Amino acid sequence: MNFEVPIGPQHPIHVEPLMLRLKVEGELIVDADVDVSYIHRGIEKALELRPYIQGLYLVERICGICNAAQSLCYCLNVEQLLGKEAPPRARYLRIVVEELSRIHSHLLWLGHYLHTLGFETLFMYFWRDRERVMDMLELITGNRVTTAYNTIGGVRRDLPPGAEQKLRRTLDYIEERVRYYEKVIDSEPTILARTQRVGILKPGDAVRMGVTGPHLRASGIKHDVRLDDPYSGHDEIPFNVITWDTCDCYARVKVRLRETSECVNMIRYALDHMPSGDYRLKIPPFFKAPPGESLSRVEAPRGELVHYSISDGGDRPYRYRVRTPTLANLLSVVEMLRSRGDYEVYIADVPAILGGIDPCICCSARILITDEAKKRRMITTLDDIIRFSRGRRVERR
Amino acid sequence: MGLVEKLVRKCRARSPWILLFDTGACNACDIEIAACLTPRYDVERFGVLAKGSPRHADILVITGPVTRQVRDRLIRIYEQMPEPKYVVAAGTCATSGGVYWGCYNTYPSLDSVIPVHAYVSGCPVKPEAILRAISVLVEKIEKGEA
Ligand code: SF4
Repeated sequence: MNFEVPIGPQHPIHVEPLMLRLKVEGELIVDADVDVSYIHRGIEKALELRPYIQGLYLVERICGICNAAQSLCYCLNVEQLLGKEAPPRARYLRIVVEELSRIHSHLLWLGHYLHTLGFETLFMYFWRDRERVMDMLELITGNRVTTAYNTIGGVRRDLPPGAEQKLRRTLDYIEERVRYYEKVIDSEPTILARTQRVGILKPGDAVRMGVTGPHLRASGIKHDVRLDDPYSGHDEIPFNVITWDTCDCYARVKVRLRETSECVNMIRYALDHMPSGDYRLKIPPFFKAPPGESLSRVEAPRGELVHYSISDGGDRPYRYRVRTPTLANLLSVVEMLRSRGDYEVYIADVPAILGGIDPCICCSARILITDEAKKRRMITTLDDIIRFSRGRRVERR
Repeated sequence: MGLVEKLVRKCRARSPWILLFDTGACNACDIEIAACLTPRYDVERFGVLAKGSPRHADILVITGPVTRQVRDRLIRIYEQMPEPKYVVAAGTCATSGGVYWGCYNTYPSLDSVIPVHAYVSGCPVKPEAILRAISVLVEKIEKGEA
């Protein structure tokens, strides 16, 4: 008996609408298809219509969670067009905020992922600790989520007095908590059962499909833009690229957890070695960029982010192109959801696999199950599928 | 107003269940609303629960400008909610288009698509602002003004 199961496009917590069509045989998934077009807003076109400085605020709102990476990538791009470079202090401050937002993003993902696996308590714990990071972001940049910290030619403001001590205290706290979570996750049989050997992506497939970020590193491949193409003084800051070679959802959890403590060390190093001097170049708000093109790459929390722009000498870009990491990672979901040979994927694994790549598009809410044989349709919600995946039992409504 | 009606209103105001729907937001507003559900802000003390299905929800919380693709789904979700239903536009871009003003694929505001009962401004909205919006709306529901 063959079913087609469309999932989406709506979901209870913090998710872009995403449509996923699954072809199932019984409980086994044989094919999958993804559609992410629901929130197309036309940002690339809008960027062409706005002066460079206004584009900065639009670019941050491509993705609210990785906004620090987006605005950094944009600034690097425009600075390259102008042939300028941010002063050393600005580069270190950018790293501090970028890594802080990576911690917030990873904690957010971990909490949300465990929530989809049915671990409500850890979800609350992770998000409680994340609030401490948000406080720090607010203290340094003035806003919790959309920070608007990077600006063309540097950063918008210096570290406020007293921020360093508070930041260090928060980092100590986060480091200790991450150690504790690692212990919990490694000793909790439910989490292990739901993640180990689920959603396997072989290194060869991962490279072939252009997967990036923690998702690629969880397939055992050492790739990180910060290491391969240091863009903001990352060559001066020592850090380890975390990889894990089990290639499953468990590896994705582990990589992100370990990366969080790596971020903590990077911020500490940046604070210890913070250069003095100016934190921004004086660049007038409205300017014309010389004709040319430029490409910038940044390691966003979810993977490699690429911005490409062409300037025709005007005060706004002639063409602006953004390639976000989630788009690169989405293809692999299709691959991971397809059963082949002795690798079997069940409907119950969908939340774990889909959630495993990224919280940005983690799940879905309403599911329409079409029974091809009987031509009957039933509507279920995400809650149902999560409940079902927990108890391996379908509830019809 | 009869006694039964008063009682119903009181009960309704004690358990406003919400459904969060992203109609093209940048996710910042969504995570701020999700943050409201977690220990620091904890909207559950007002009886608010986030639900996954429109059929369970009293309040529809919308983030983001309405994109052309999502408009019909939004209307369908709105229609699936049981009466009485309330809509909260969370974030500047749901309220007035925000930074996406003038994009070819978005509508100028949420209220040009479905009726809205409360607007929360901010880009992104602060959790405190959401708490206030919900408590004001709940007060209005209790008084029968919304
Ligand atoms: S109001 Fe601002 S932060 Fe909120 S979804 Fe819209 S653009 Fe993003």
